[in-house]
Amino acid sequence: MQHLLEVKDLQTTFFTASGEVKAVGSVSFNLDKGKVLGIVGESGSGKSVTAYSILQILTHPGRIVGGSVKLNGKELVGIPEDEMRKVRGNQISIIFQDPMTSLNPVFTIGNQLMEAIILHTNRTHEQAKERAIEMLQLVGINEPEKRIHQYAYELSGGMRQRVMIAMALACEPDILIADEPTTALDVTIQAQILELMSDLQKKLGMAIIMITHDLGVIANMCDEVVVMYAGRICERGTAPEIFYNPRHEYTRGLLRSIPNIDNDDKARLIPIAGTPVDLLNLPKGCPFAPRCERAMKVCLYEFPSEYWVAKDHIASCWVNVLENIGTPLEALGGQDAAKGIVTEGEEAAQ
Amino acid sequence: MQNEKIPFKNPFSLQVDPELFKPATEEEKAQQIQTRESVSFMKDALRRLGHNRIAMACIVVILLIALIAFIVPEFYPYTYTKQDVSAKYLAPFHYSAKEQAKIDKGVSIFPHIMGTDALGRDYAIRVIYGTRISLLVGIFSALIVILVGIIYGSISGYFGGRVDNIMMRIVDIIYALPDVLIVILLSVAIKDIVSTSKNVLITKLGAGMVSIFIVFGLLYWVGMARQVRGQILSIKEQEYVLASRSIGASAARIIRKHMIPNCVSVIIIVAAMQIPSAIFTESFLSFLGLGVSIPMPSLGSLASDARAGLNSYPFLLIYPAMSIFMIVLSFNLLGNGLRDAFDPKLRS
Amino acid sequence: MNSKFLVYMLKRLGMALLTIFLVIAITFFVMHAIPASPFSSEKAKSDAVIKALEIKYGFDKPLGVQFMNYLWGVLHFDFGLSTAWVGFTVSGLIVNAFGYSASIGFSAALIAIILGVLFGCLAALNRGRWPDKIIQVVTTALVSMPSFVVATLLLLTFSYVWKVLPSMGTQPGGMVMPILSLSLYPMAYITRLQRSSMLDVLSADYIRTARAKGVKSSKVIYKHALKNALTPVITYAGPMMAYILTGSMVVENIFSVPGLGRLFTNSMLRTDYMMIMGVTIFLAAMIILMNFLSDVLYKVMDPRIDLA
Repeated sequence: MQHLLEVKDLQTTFFTASGEVKAVGSVSFNLDKGKVLGIVGESGSGKSVTAYSILQILTHPGRIVGGSVKLNGKELVGIPEDEMRKVRGNQISIIFQDPMTSLNPVFTIGNQLMEAIILHTNRTHEQAKERAIEMLQLVGINEPEKRIHQYAYELSGGMRQRVMIAMALACEPDILIADEPTTALDVTIQAQILELMSDLQKKLGMAIIMITHDLGVIANMCDEVVVMYAGRICERGTAPEIFYNPRHEYTRGLLRSIPNIDNDDKARLIPIAGTPVDLLNLPKGCPFAPRCERAMKVCLYEFPSEYWVAKDHIASCWVNVLENIGTPLEALGGQDAAKGIVTEGEEAAQ
Repeated sequence: MQNEKIPFKNPFSLQVDPELFKPATEEEKAQQIQTRESVSFMKDALRRLGHNRIAMACIVVILLIALIAFIVPEFYPYTYTKQDVSAKYLAPFHYSAKEQAKIDKGVSIFPHIMGTDALGRDYAIRVIYGTRISLLVGIFSALIVILVGIIYGSISGYFGGRVDNIMMRIVDIIYALPDVLIVILLSVAIKDIVSTSKNVLITKLGAGMVSIFIVFGLLYWVGMARQVRGQILSIKEQEYVLASRSIGASAARIIRKHMIPNCVSVIIIVAAMQIPSAIFTESFLSFLGLGVSIPMPSLGSLASDARAGLNSYPFLLIYPAMSIFMIVLSFNLLGNGLRDAFDPKLRS
Repeated sequence: MNSKFLVYMLKRLGMALLTIFLVIAITFFVMHAIPASPFSSEKAKSDAVIKALEIKYGFDKPLGVQFMNYLWGVLHFDFGLSTAWVGFTVSGLIVNAFGYSASIGFSAALIAIILGVLFGCLAALNRGRWPDKIIQVVTTALVSMPSFVVATLLLLTFSYVWKVLPSMGTQPGGMVMPILSLSLYPMAYITRLQRSSMLDVLSADYIRTARAKGVKSSKVIYKHALKNALTPVITYAGPMMAYILTGSMVVENIFSVPGLGRLFTNSMLRTDYMMIMGVTIFLAAMIILMNFLSDVLYKVMDPRIDLA
């Protein structure tokens, strides 16, 4: 069964003057048409680098060092640059965290919008302008004919992000990657932008990869979730599974740390102990082990292999093995073969 | 629980060693973490500077040059004024006929390392004195700029509001004035005054030097003031300043204790770039004849005098030119190194 | 947007005019602070003759009046009469000399800007590799050499050692070395400026956006990056002009070019105060004008509001 996007064992390293930074140790996940996948993790977990690796827009000392990325079955890693350029902005688009710095300050937004359109479609200048105005309307910007001639600094934060979205969707991509799209915005604007993205997704039918550190956003919007830490995936599965049945200590830590409005006034916040890992000096085993309450000796020496722990739920944590939960993914023949396995409960329901 | 219903196959790929599944101790966990020690900013910056081989080499070169410029003349057998017409235009390490005669008689004469000039004066000592002038100009200009710039900038930045507005307006105006022209103008004007002055210091320094110092004191500090003000404005917003204020510290104390130490990096960088600029200006003025008064040599005036015999005696130009080049190059490279060390964001 | 731009331009213009006025005032009062009379250095004249000359040139009137007269004259481009070159007006001599200086200066500026931007981009795009390293070494060296050192070394090399270029600026081919002498330092400076500016811009988020849209690498550079990277170079235009104009004083001297620079140094030697004042003000005006133009051009390139 072909997925829209298949990422398998993707690895990206930054060859810096201070050493090699393994930003993405090994990442695998699949994305299907029309679905929303969330990638959640703290800063430095490698979520953004994963996205940039998919689009191959890594900056200088960074390089993909292994793995594969397949779009509709076609391999993207290793293809010549001009072919990759046809994919960018066209089949896969991305919007970034800070719309102020992501828009070129010396060109009008119309200019930047039309550039994307003219690049990938056969439209004339006039047609591109029409399409640009159409897109601005679609994302809810008023007076689009006027806005076309304005510069980024003349717009508010929320409007700028809408412009970014318009630019990304102008060529009707199959996949939209959103890298922390609301982190730089006010809370009320956040809600608006997320709603906009939701609407557009239903209207245009594209798949979305939502990268965020905010579990609330994930719960709101995502069908499937990938949890990352220090460049590796802790666990991945459907959103309900991850939230209600977390199978990795890190995920459990994240969920525990969410303040609960029903809690007592004096209840303390429960952070995850320790400090984020130094990617220059990655420990041998599971990178989360030094901070993990339930860490075992094996955790320090060997990275846990992927285990199929529940329907559509894969986790990499030795605690599951200790508790006799799940089977190794390899043993089942990979994720897709494993999908065929249903639980007794579901059999009964069918 | 759902998990029990998933068929469990033995993980044959993993040799299960029950020992490994015992909980890990805190020490074991700590071993895996290699935290980098935190150092103070100054130590960190100095360490970065220390690793910069080029910058270190420049420091050595500058110290060496300073040593030669200030110590050597005390021991040197020649003075920069002593003329000997019979020893004109000697090539390096050559002797005049008269000197040769003396040597044959057994008198030891110190060689003219750089030869002699048109009036038979030993060139090496003249170049050394010229170097001394350049270094002095550089150092004193930097000092003036630092002093005036810091005071002006910190007052403007700290008090903010109208005071800042007015002070910065003045800075804008001064900044817009073409400084080199004014230096030249002042030099021309002062030259007259200097030649009739009774003040020993002024006559010895010469019109150029006096006007350079005046102009630096009046004009060149603006760059430093602006930078310091910028730093202070951003520091002002920090909480530790608020904390200080709330316990009643005076403005002067806050400025001195909290703000200026944080400006050190900016101050060092700006000052380091001032020095080559000052040396440039001084040598330029001397070349035009507006600098130190003869017979005191300046690298610029030496270069200018060398023009007369350029065709036949090129070394008279090469030595002072190379000296200026070495000094300015060292300060420029050092300035680059300082900037990289103290403000890594600006790293090239 | 247009009205904001106009306001900005007017503010800058006002600043420029104020600065020129200050320069005129400073020049005037500094020159008149010199105790010696402009004539006393000439061959011995009797007091009566000196007095008569002073009246002729208007030096007997009170200082304030002299200043107002002078200011009025300057506004009409009348800088008075030269005392060293009798019979000539200061402005006339300036205009004559300006042609030479302008052609040398303009060529030097053009070379400096074009090559500077080119090499700067080259260095930035090849960061860390050998073209970048060579460019950095060469520019560091050039930036450490004042114009007179460059000029005299060039003269030595190309006129005396290898006799390929004439030593006088007015001879055919004689402009090469003066232009070179004046362009090398600014070119090196601009190269370094452009390099660091380009590196900054290339790591900016909006460049990442452009690449993510599928824009070709070369277009990312010359459309998206360059326009942003050029702005610091534009602000250097004024100081560059100042460097070239003051540098021309030595360069024209060395290569015997009858331009403004040489006019200035000669009038210094002959204590022609009217001349000195006139040339100083003229040069200052050029520099201030250049600063104004670069401010305006900067705003055209980068429409963000100027918060200064």
